[in-house]
Amino acid sequence: MCTYQTELLEMKGSGKGPSEWVRFTDASVYVDHPVHAMAGHTLNIDLRRPEDGPAARVAIELHPQAARELAEAILRSLASVPEAVLAAG
Amino acid sequence: MANDAFLSETVSITGHDGDAIEAYAALPQDTAPRGGVIVIHHMPGYDEGSKEITRTFAAHGYNAVCPNLYWREAPGADPSDAAATARAAGGVPDDRLVGDVAGAMAYLNSLPNANGKTATIGFCSGGRQSWLANGSLPLNAAIVCYGAFIVGETPEGLPARATLGHLASSMSGPVLGLWGNEDVYPTPAQVDEIEQLLKEAGKPYEFHRYDGAGHAFFMVDRASFRPEVAIEGWATIWKFLGTNIGA
Repeated sequence: MCTYQTELLEMKGSGKGPSEWVRFTDASVYVDHPVHAMAGHTLNIDLRRPEDGPAARVAIELHPQAARELAEAILRSLASVPEAVLAAG
Repeated sequence: MANDAFLSETVSITGHDGDAIEAYAALPQDTAPRGGVIVIHHMPGYDEGSKEITRTFAAHGYNAVCPNLYWREAPGADPSDAAATARAAGGVPDDRLVGDVAGAMAYLNSLPNANGKTATIGFCSGGRQSWLANGSLPLNAAIVCYGAFIVGETPEGLPARATLGHLASSMSGPVLGLWGNEDVYPTPAQVDEIEQLLKEAGKPYEFHRYDGAGHAFFMVDRASFRPEVAIEGWATIWKFLGTNIGA
């Protein structure tokens, strides 16, 4: 099904598409049909910079288990670094 | 020898609120009158698969057009980028969808070989929109392929989507519903509910429910593709269109 559900958040960071880097300002996170991944539903993340148009985007489609493992790895990585390092920017 | 040539190209049609929007048309060149089909693309967008489906209708003798429902949010963008942008903007409002389908009907009926009859077909979110259009516009037929949220409560955690069961009594043309018995949106019980609404409203319909298929069984580039069901489904579609809008 199309879930219509979307989490929208402001985003600060950069990512690289096939040709160039994009400095993100926004992100969409949702579970829905993928465009490219071979699955009925995936966890999809669009990291975007809308002011530069629809193509200023890095898109990720993850199988649910892969998405969970990635999310846990992200949190583990953040937790492994002293807060002072993160706060220093 | 039969004239089976058709022209497929990007055109501009007048959609909701008089907006000029992009559409993909596939038009048989034979001058004999024929019906028109409006292809309502799925939520992932106005993509290659949707255009291929549009050409398939022309190859079977129908004028066909697929409006780009995301044109306003993302003109000229890659289909998946456009879908992401439209999604972040909240998706396609129902009234705008109806206006765009009305524009597609006007476009088809203006063609020199139009017979004045039009049908919609939609997949997934487009299935719901095909039902919506047939309940709102003077269409001659509508094909609903596994459209969710026509009936039923929106699950907790999902944004409320207006359900459209009340439109059963307003259906303009006969409804062909194609459903997978392993689908969860809609469930077989919800398909029963939709069928009951049409029955109570005295509206003509034809439902086909397929074992071994879930959602999106027509989509050839998805893991959900079920070739044997899709082949049967297409045969049903040709028969239904032949009866209702005549090639």
